[in-house]
Amino acid sequence: MFVRLVYESFRRQKRRKLLAGAAIAFGVSVATAMIGVATDVGDKINRELRSYGANLVVNPQEDSLDVEIAGVNVKPPSDGAYLSEADLPKIKGMFWRNNIVGFAPVLPVNVAVNESSTKNTALVGTYFSRQLHFGTDNFVTGVRATYRWWRVQGSWPDDDSRDVLVGERLAQSLGQKTGGKVTINGQSFRVTGVLSTGGAEDNEIIAPLGLAQEIVGKPGVVRRIYVSAVTKPEDAFARRDPKTLSPEMYDRWYCSPYAQSIAFQLQEAIPHSHAEQIRQVAQTEGTVLSRIEGLMLLVTLASLFASGLAVSAAMATTIFERRQEVGLMKALGAGGLSVASLFFAEAALLALLGGMVGYAGGSILAYNAGRWIFDSPITIQPVLFPLILCIAIIVTFAGSIAAIRRAVKFDPVYALRGEG
Amino acid sequence: MISTSASMRRAGAHHTSMFFRMLMRAAILRRGRAATALMAVIVAATATTAMLNLFVDVQSKLRKEFRNYGANVVVVAKEGQSIVPDVLAKTKSILAGHGVAVPFAYAVARTSNAEPLVVSGTDFDQVRKLNSWWSVTSWPKEPHAALLGVRAASAVSPQGKPFNLYFHGRPISLTPSGTVRTGAGEDSRIYLSLNDFETWTGVPPSTIEIAVSGSPQEVNATIQKLQQAVPEVEVRPVRQIMEAEGRVLGKTRATLLAASVLIIVTAALCVLATLTGRVLDRRRDFAIMKALGASQQFIGGFLAAEAAALGAVGAFIGFGLGIGIAAWIGEANFGAPAVPRLEVFPVVLTGCIIVALMSAIVPISLLRQVQPAMILKGE
Repeated sequence: MFVRLVYESFRRQKRRKLLAGAAIAFGVSVATAMIGVATDVGDKINRELRSYGANLVVNPQEDSLDVEIAGVNVKPPSDGAYLSEADLPKIKGMFWRNNIVGFAPVLPVNVAVNESSTKNTALVGTYFSRQLHFGTDNFVTGVRATYRWWRVQGSWPDDDSRDVLVGERLAQSLGQKTGGKVTINGQSFRVTGVLSTGGAEDNEIIAPLGLAQEIVGKPGVVRRIYVSAVTKPEDAFARRDPKTLSPEMYDRWYCSPYAQSIAFQLQEAIPHSHAEQIRQVAQTEGTVLSRIEGLMLLVTLASLFASGLAVSAAMATTIFERRQEVGLMKALGAGGLSVASLFFAEAALLALLGGMVGYAGGSILAYNAGRWIFDSPITIQPVLFPLILCIAIIVTFAGSIAAIRRAVKFDPVYALRGEG
Repeated sequence: MISTSASMRRAGAHHTSMFFRMLMRAAILRRGRAATALMAVIVAATATTAMLNLFVDVQSKLRKEFRNYGANVVVVAKEGQSIVPDVLAKTKSILAGHGVAVPFAYAVARTSNAEPLVVSGTDFDQVRKLNSWWSVTSWPKEPHAALLGVRAASAVSPQGKPFNLYFHGRPISLTPSGTVRTGAGEDSRIYLSLNDFETWTGVPPSTIEIAVSGSPQEVNATIQKLQQAVPEVEVRPVRQIMEAEGRVLGKTRATLLAASVLIIVTAALCVLATLTGRVLDRRRDFAIMKALGASQQFIGGFLAAEAAALGAVGAFIGFGLGIGIAAWIGEANFGAPAVPRLEVFPVVLTGCIIVALMSAIVPISLLRQVQPAMILKGE
């Protein structure tokens, strides 16, 4: 009898049930999409924050002091320790390798340009967009991945070539143009482009790493490595010294993508190195990220509240419209409990159906929103599905309770006479 | 003629007072249902106000956070020149409090072992504001106190003892006050107060680093003003900071916009459903009105006026609540309440009235088709 009542109610009131179901589906869609965005937005924004450039730097362990002002090194270039270029691909063998967006080695050397006889111009050897292999892994890295604000007028040189980029300001003072030649330490090189960065590089020559090594006279060396990694905002635990941690705490620290633990792992991967965070980038992105994440969390709560209200309003309206039915049932001797359980069963069925449709709709919504905003889709974890269904049922019940209570309390006489 | 028009006016006045009486009575007698409808409008208006207010305000809040990345504009002396003192004064007057300007002077000095080392003179109070990421153990306060980069510290004064530096043979004795760690070039430098630095080396500042607050347009306007006011120097934007900020802010805004649209549409649908339900619920009232001779226009006007009144009252209350919620979110997340944006109010008010009116359209056309007798019979 109970099942038949529910079945008939759905069969006979298709339009009304469809409306209520649509309201639930819509509310659940919004909730699903917002939960998806809220769980993923941190990661997405974190990757956008990588446009601030490298947040970690790897120096040689026995490093001497830098003596440079505005990018110009005053010390003789032969001074100082080096890292080995052969160790670079090991960065992609680290525990947090997938968080490494890119890295670029640098090897600065002072050179004499054109007619000048003093070596007072900085030439920096680096990777532009170099293919590297680690195990079976192939990846491309270099300044084009780490420094996205670098602009080249002309074209980027090939990493295996002997072509160079000339900084904007230097090009201006030399009268250098794209496609021309520049004499470095008496040798002539082709200039494929003029580089503009708004920083010290505007006064420098940027060359493939191999060329810089040749000028220094030390094949296979790099001075330091700039690493751009997606990190977790720093907290008190991140600042702990790994040496003082208990084994379990150490594992937890090691397996959290803090700037500190990634620096620690870089140090392990590159022999004789000292890695640390570039605080300007690493520290600030933590605060910016936590602000944006906090904002999105609050907005998600607001949207969950709004969708909950929409579902409640729809349920309240549908139940209120069926007072006469309630009156009839009560007149025939149905108790408050059986009336309420009928409505709750109907609500649960609606919530399940609406929740499923809404989950699908919300996934599509989140997918497209991600593609539109971040150029990469936001996927809803299937783990969320039962959670979303639970939320749908709870919200639908919560929205129905007040209306059901009123319907149950209603005097059947008035209801049947159509006065309410 | 005169009497006819007077009676018409009287009839008109009667008509209007009846109209308002019905509106008032509908609100008072059907308190429960009217309250539910009003609730829905208030909630929608609150959500909309809060989201719009946040959307407008969050940008300036986030920009303030982005200023933690430090200077977005640098003033550099042209080749072979230095910055004369009045450039800093002019820069500060152009900024007029909307940013921090910090002068830096650089020189290469030698330690007592004749090791070269970069020494910089600057204004410590301003640097503290500009570069909040500097991890400093203790800022220097007295004259001849120096802030040592962590790597420089281990080279010149590993135990924190006073040390001497030489610039072209001229010595200065300094007391380390603390160390600075940044992970970049600063770690290898020694910082002095600008005063100590200039009396020792005679080298004036060569760079002014500026953090200009505001939108990209405001920053660019400041750059132009600086270029005009002090043509003897070069003013450059720091592209690393400006471009990345633009990107991140753009994405955040877009996400917030998408969320706002979803929330506002949901709220509007909620209002639509509730108000439509409320009108359909009172079919009998309208059937009686019709049976008593009310015209279709009258009923339509009545419903529209009721909806508009609900929308307006809901918008007023919701606006107040929404401002409160936005302020709370601002306080909770950014530590400063979101500033109430009054320009949001007309948008919320019109939005609420339009949605309320829309919710009256469907029932009006439905009621038009129905014969009063059918409804009164309860069919």
